[in-house]
Amino acid sequence: MTQTNTAPQQSLTQKLANPTRFMQLSGTLMPWLAGAAVALILYALYLAFFVAPDDYQQGQTVKIMYIHVPAAWLGMMGYALIAISSFGYLVFRHPLADVSAKAAAPLGAAFTFLALATGSLWGKPMWGTYWVWDARLTSMLILLFLYFGLMALRSAIDDEALAGKLCAVLGLVGVTILPIIKFSVDWWNTLHQPASVIRLDGPTIHSDLLWPLLISAIGFSLLFFALHMQGMRNEILRRRLRALTMAEVDRARGVSAPAAAE
Amino acid sequence: MRLSVKHLVVDRGARRIVDDLSFAVEAGEALVLVGPNGAGKTTVIRTVAGLIGVAGGSIALEGGDAEKELPAQAHYIGHLNALKPSLTVEENLRFWAAYLGGGAVDGAAIDAALVAFDLEPLAMIPAGYLSAGQKRRACLARLIATPRPLWLLDEPTVSLDAASVALLARQVGQHVAGGGLVLAATHIPLGLASERRLEIGVRSAAA
Amino acid sequence: MSAFWTLLKRDLLLQVREGGAVGTALGFYLIVVAMMPLGLGPDLNLLSRIAPGVLWIALLLAALLSLPRIFEADDEDGSLEVIATGDLPLELATAAKALAHWISTGIPLALLAPVLGLLLNLDIEAYPVLVATMLVGTPAISFLGLVGAALTLRARRGGLLLALLVLPLYIPTLIFGIAAISAATGGPSGFQASFLILGAISLFSLVIGPVAAAAAIRFQTQ
Repeated sequence: MTQTNTAPQQSLTQKLANPTRFMQLSGTLMPWLAGAAVALILYALYLAFFVAPDDYQQGQTVKIMYIHVPAAWLGMMGYALIAISSFGYLVFRHPLADVSAKAAAPLGAAFTFLALATGSLWGKPMWGTYWVWDARLTSMLILLFLYFGLMALRSAIDDEALAGKLCAVLGLVGVTILPIIKFSVDWWNTLHQPASVIRLDGPTIHSDLLWPLLISAIGFSLLFFALHMQGMRNEILRRRLRALTMAEVDRARGVSAPAAAE
Repeated sequence: MRLSVKHLVVDRGARRIVDDLSFAVEAGEALVLVGPNGAGKTTVIRTVAGLIGVAGGSIALEGGDAEKELPAQAHYIGHLNALKPSLTVEENLRFWAAYLGGGAVDGAAIDAALVAFDLEPLAMIPAGYLSAGQKRRACLARLIATPRPLWLLDEPTVSLDAASVALLARQVGQHVAGGGLVLAATHIPLGLASERRLEIGVRSAAA
Repeated sequence: MSAFWTLLKRDLLLQVREGGAVGTALGFYLIVVAMMPLGLGPDLNLLSRIAPGVLWIALLLAALLSLPRIFEADDEDGSLEVIATGDLPLELATAAKALAHWISTGIPLALLAPVLGLLLNLDIEAYPVLVATMLVGTPAISFLGLVGAALTLRARRGGLLLALLVLPLYIPTLIFGIAAISAATGGPSGFQASFLILGAISLFSLVIGPVAAAAAIRFQTQ
């Protein structure tokens, strides 16, 4: 009986070897990351509300930008993270990559939703309506659908290992098609103002507005990574609990096996 | 030709189903896997068929066609019959013969397969009308319609009556006599002269 | 390669024998298009203006209905596992199944479109363009749908999930398909550019669809 039980437990420890290091590292890093995120976001909000001037056309509403723009960036970055994690999981079979992809999906969806919601609030004073079918809003909306698809697929498959692999396939298919979707939506409608921050000839928005935006972007990025790390920690703990429960079931089976064999 | 399985390890999820299993099947030999339910007989057969990835060890068909993967040199008979109810028995057989044989269908082999499993009277009947035992025989006829050296049979006798089991035993006997290899998991003895038995999952049963 | 044709022929033969699926898709297409004037009013000018969009969206929905069946039946009766042990790479086997879906569903839907165009007062001169565009665009629907069908094979509520996964992937086809038809009826965009891009999207999905679907199938037969 001891013999039968050592085998799965060995493989269990082997599998957790790397996640264990991750748990230690992330445990130490977590408070610093979270603290820096909160400090930077608060500082950026202070700058945005008390230092940065109002836009001469848009007035106070421009302050929505300090949340809207970072949220949109992070919404897109979340999918990039999922794509990289999916690749890592399918090619290198690293279990942490699946944990990373799983934790990134709801976060990416949340930031994408935040970008859409703030964009909609910003749109009301600017365009006179909460929603316009312009290229960027539409692309973000489709990105949100892709996130929904990933989360729905994962929740619809009972076998967790299988769900991870299939989500990785979907993540990679999504990332190859995303540029085509973006291109087609842009082609379909280019109503939005042209890109104003990342341009080859330098930023066209005033530096008094730009600085708080960059600080806010860094702060929200740190927040994203802190949340992502916490999400991964939770997922690892959940998997450990599941593995322990299954080991318990195996032990119970091992005890009753002789009776069944006779 | 020799099927050689060395130190095979197979995991399903977090569970280790097969742990360090080694065996070999020589040409002209039938190896029957025996063991209690859940011992991993099906897993071993599916792994050899290439349907499950290995976590460790190796599976090789020594002296086989080097151009082809192992699964392409093996017939896999699983729990399901892989028959289309709207196609006749012969159409089903012809499809698998053409698909597994790379397009070419040998009409004589089809006829031989129908005869071998006593399916001639049923040849023109859609598979959907067949009884469970008849369906199983139509599924097994695949073995004869396309020649492949290695037969992987997972509970091939399910829903077969005694006469049909004898038919199967004769075909397995002929295949083995012709230098073929058979790896099977079955509860009902096939009654072969040259069959070897391998107990697996013994440790958990003895625990 | 002949195993490829064997599988394609069998899938088409099964469509003929088992029937129903194609008829259902065509019927669904007809009904969705017929609902549009009832919902939007019988103004013929409005209908002819939105006809390309309505025809394409209804076609996507109709094709979506038949996607789950691509792998379902073969999975249930064990054929999929035997297909996986064949000489033919699984990528080509899934491609054969997608091609069978396109021939049995995509082409009939594309050929029905002009008839439905009559109901929507679509300019008669646009009909050749309409059919050509749909014939060029529908392979993308079958081959991208293949991925969704493979991914949702073992999923609970597979059909609903399939729609959620696949419809966003259809957006480029939808946009350029409609643009090409609108161009032919005096819309703002150039016909040739849209038509060529539509073809490019189909070719792209011809590659990515079978590869991703085969990966998904392999994970699930394990």
